[in-house]
Amino acid sequence: MDNKYLRLPRLRRVYVWELPVRFYHWLNAGVILALIATGFYINNPLALMSQKEATQVYTMGWVRYVHFAAAYLFFFNFLFRIYWGFAGNKYANWKQFIPTSKRFFAEMWNVFKIDILMLKKDGKEQHHISIGHNAMAGFIYFLTFIAFAIQCLTGFGLYADMGGWWFPRMFAWVPSMFGGDMLTRDIHHWTMWFFILFAVVHVYLVFYHDYVEGRGEISSMGGGWKFIEEEVFEEKKYHTPNPRKKH
Amino acid sequence: MDNEMLEVKKQPTYYEEVIRKGYDRRDFMKFASMMAAFIGLEKSAIGQVAKAMETKSRIPIIWLHFQECTCCSESFIRSSHPMVADILLDMVSLDYTETLMAASGAQAEKSLKDTMKKYKGEYILCVEGSVPVAADGVYCMIGGKTSMHILEESAADAKAIIAWGSCASNGCVQSAKPNPTQATPIHKLIKGKPIIKVPGCPPIGEVMAGVIVHLLTFGTIPELDRVGRPKAFYSKRVHDSCYRRPYFDAGLFVETFDDENAKKGYCLYKVGCKGPSTYNACGVMKWNGGVSFPIQSGHGCIGCSEENFWDNGRLYDRASAFAGFGIESDADTIGKVALGATLVAVAGHAVATNIGKQKSIHDLETEGKASEHELPS
Repeated sequence: MDNKYLRLPRLRRVYVWELPVRFYHWLNAGVILALIATGFYINNPLALMSQKEATQVYTMGWVRYVHFAAAYLFFFNFLFRIYWGFAGNKYANWKQFIPTSKRFFAEMWNVFKIDILMLKKDGKEQHHISIGHNAMAGFIYFLTFIAFAIQCLTGFGLYADMGGWWFPRMFAWVPSMFGGDMLTRDIHHWTMWFFILFAVVHVYLVFYHDYVEGRGEISSMGGGWKFIEEEVFEEKKYHTPNPRKKH
Repeated sequence: MDNEMLEVKKQPTYYEEVIRKGYDRRDFMKFASMMAAFIGLEKSAIGQVAKAMETKSRIPIIWLHFQECTCCSESFIRSSHPMVADILLDMVSLDYTETLMAASGAQAEKSLKDTMKKYKGEYILCVEGSVPVAADGVYCMIGGKTSMHILEESAADAKAIIAWGSCASNGCVQSAKPNPTQATPIHKLIKGKPIIKVPGCPPIGEVMAGVIVHLLTFGTIPELDRVGRPKAFYSKRVHDSCYRRPYFDAGLFVETFDDENAKKGYCLYKVGCKGPSTYNACGVMKWNGGVSFPIQSGHGCIGCSEENFWDNGRLYDRASAFAGFGIESDADTIGKVALGATLVAVAGHAVATNIGKQKSIHDLETEGKASEHELPS
């Protein structure tokens, strides 16, 4: 045991999350929080105990205003992230999210065995050290992107007839596709629950990885760095979940 | 051939009929202006409406009734202006309509056939009600023919089709789950003909009259929205034209139908008003000659002109029931259960982690502590 620490592993710092990714992440987190809170309020507003006349109060108006403003931020932030999936570094690349190789699926299965089922191999605990997203996480983020798209389409679809601007009006086809605002609204509401469940699991897993792997998972979304042992680094050099084709 | 053409021309104009009925020109002009306003025309177009009524002969109309309750017809004959009923019903020449025609039996069938032949390609086919397609259509048969058969036959030579009411435009109550007769709206059965949907259960009488006047005045179908409804009446949500809207924006709501807020006339959003998702002209044109509309009478909009309004949502609740999870469960009930389950799973996983991965966690701690010890205090 002690021997191991005589040669304390040299950790290599890897710049994983670039500033635009971190900025996107936290803006997204804040905006989604605001959207969920205001969305719940719009769905079922509080019973205001106000003696004021309607002309002096604008509670629902403000809540909806925040919801719509946050929605615009959310949408353009999302668009930016898609762009960054092509312009950013390899950990931000779209290939981290969409399974395009057998190895991707193999890694997903591997992560599932190690992190969810906690299977041991030869009586030993297993580790799966990923540098960016692991394949499972990447795929789940891909699902969140689909949920983002659903929320943008249904949300702006519902908003289309309220705004005079051409931009939300572009989404007017969405409610007609679902046969009206009622079902569109329901879909918008149901999908919101996916965000809540995702957030719970996401936050938990970040703590989990930080706790079990001890290489700065939580702080990586602050400074952008993750740490990796030298030998893992060497190994990873020749092993990525979605390898680029050999030139 | 020539004979037939002559017969078409022999049809009296609307104006002639109105005068014959004993109205004076002043009444006629009032009617023309009212209609122009309803269909969203400029003041200068009143003349156009009047001229069309003076010069054009009546539009031949075949009005079919299938799976429906006749509330559309009822609404139509109760349009606010008496001339609407007179002109558009007596004189639109409803050559065949089960409810109002004088003929019956074989005579009625003959009248339908005659109209179709005489005004081939000219008549407007108005359909009230949906068509059941299950069991080869036996659920709605008239004169020994299935409604599908009658519809196909009469649609073939129609100039345009008007789908009156929610039944014909989107199926309404009889197409609600489980839809045993497979009630189907007209646009899903007839292709290649212009179809004007005038949804509502029933549609507002003036809206129905407005659609016909538009057809008459311009000889074309009114501008339709993406779903096929006339834009003049269905482009705004009831919510956007609701006189209680300021209470909505303020966040002042009726909580129960018998509370103080209901007396004060607050917004009915929380007691299930579907105004925010319903496209109709109720808030503007109102009902019974502008007397009132549901919200003004203290009841939320039930969204009767929206597709699937029976299945999408409960009458007194904003949230929809969630199919398969019991009548009282909505998305939030299920969401809360799923959230609880997720939290339990996460907690379970956290415990399992501390057991299953205790060695690596321990190693990390030891390693970290060793580093800590090596550093001078």
